[in-house]
Amino acid sequence: MNAFGTQQNPQLNGHGELQHLLTIEGLPREVLMRILDTAAPFTEVAEREVKKVPLLRGKSVFNLFFENSTRTRTTFEIAAKRLSADVINLNINTSSASKGETLLDTTDNLAAMQADMFVVRHASSGAPYLIAQHLAATGRDHIHVVNAGDGRHAHPTQGLLDMYTIRHYKTDFTQLTIAIVGDVLHSRVARSQIHALTTLGVPEVRVIAPKTLLPTGVERLGVRVFNDMREGLRGVDVVMMLRLQNERMQGALLPSTQEYFKSYGLTPEKLALAKPDAIVMHPGPMNRGVEIDSAVADGGQAVILPQVTFGIAVRMAVMAMLAGN
Amino acid sequence: MPTNKQLPDAEALCAALAESMRGRVDPAATALVGIHTGGVWVAERLHAALGLKIPHGSIDVSFYRDDYHQRGLHANAKTSQIPFDVDGAHIVIVDDVLYTGRTIRAAMNELFDYGRPARIDLAVLTDRGGRELPIAPSFCPHSMSLPTAQMLALERDVDGGLSFRLIDK
Repeated sequence: MNAFGTQQNPQLNGHGELQHLLTIEGLPREVLMRILDTAAPFTEVAEREVKKVPLLRGKSVFNLFFENSTRTRTTFEIAAKRLSADVINLNINTSSASKGETLLDTTDNLAAMQADMFVVRHASSGAPYLIAQHLAATGRDHIHVVNAGDGRHAHPTQGLLDMYTIRHYKTDFTQLTIAIVGDVLHSRVARSQIHALTTLGVPEVRVIAPKTLLPTGVERLGVRVFNDMREGLRGVDVVMMLRLQNERMQGALLPSTQEYFKSYGLTPEKLALAKPDAIVMHPGPMNRGVEIDSAVADGGQAVILPQVTFGIAVRMAVMAMLAGN
Repeated sequence: MPTNKQLPDAEALCAALAESMRGRVDPAATALVGIHTGGVWVAERLHAALGLKIPHGSIDVSFYRDDYHQRGLHANAKTSQIPFDVDGAHIVIVDDVLYTGRTIRAAMNELFDYGRPARIDLAVLTDRGGRELPIAPSFCPHSMSLPTAQMLALERDVDGGLSFRLIDK
């Protein structure tokens, strides 16, 4: 027993509806499909003269970023504003936490300011879960928590926007071969992608990386492991590149970024091994010349900028579903 | 309580609605906007019957409903499509059944997020009473009274034929 009682999945309420979005792992396929289906009509809102719908009017969304991320914070902010919410951005590494306040004290204070939703980015895996659990234990489970990336654990909205992008271009998940390439070891994005792809029925998910950038036992998540990029890219429908997480690199996992590019950088020549209509994705920010060649990043197969646009609609869908449940 | 046998003929009402609008809409300048899902079917019929030139739009009011905070986001929300310039347009909102008026309010709010129409009219197949807002149809060939426990739904069969069905809530 924990603060969530006997509930099977702490993200779902008693009716099986999404209460928080903490991770894709363990979410039923129907919930993932419902989010993707709900995101579709939100894409159109951005094309109106008034790019807003009134769903979250009067609601306060707090962006709690204990770790820097301009892009993710901005897309959450835009999504919340297009739902008519009031958005308060807190970059906590530059405020209270540096004065010694604990995570839960910070959230208690914001809850006392009548917060309706927390969007949480934290360097420690499990921080959003801890906040959700604390809210449930203190009878404030009307406040919703969205994980905007926690440690190496999960980045569920990135995983979902990637799924939305794949469905947009490739339609049927059950016919695809998909490769995830790069620093899987440090990547919460990769974990969310793998859980989403396997839940949605993608028959072959490959991960391509040097041994030093793969977590041990990664194949237990239902993926095929390739250390040779050329071999792994053969015949794939979708190439999902990961950012080489320089700032997370501890010790000598790689000889040099030049060496990495040679073996694992996506060049036009390596991309030619994938299916001719394969799409190339990247969660951003890109390191050109490290994990991806500019010719590919700017080429006709890249769907990296549509990913950003779809990301706003997906985040709108998630926030609108949570706040209504 | 009424039974399914006593319901009006939806096909006949479509024809009657089109006739009542003839001469009161401008085929070159009037634009129809159907409300998902039944209203879109009726708008398609009216568009063809009246020979309108402007492509008809469709609207899903899920993002504008006033019961979102009680009932959450409606599942299966559809994309609204307004394929014409709303600014200065004469728009006829089309729905199958007029009831509380809340859906029509939501649809008008949504339309104003696309621009400022010159005029909005409302066309419905039937008015079942029970209004909760000061909204009245401009074109309505039929009215009936139904208890709140019953919902009147428009259905479309595989051949495109329209019919009404009563659903007990």
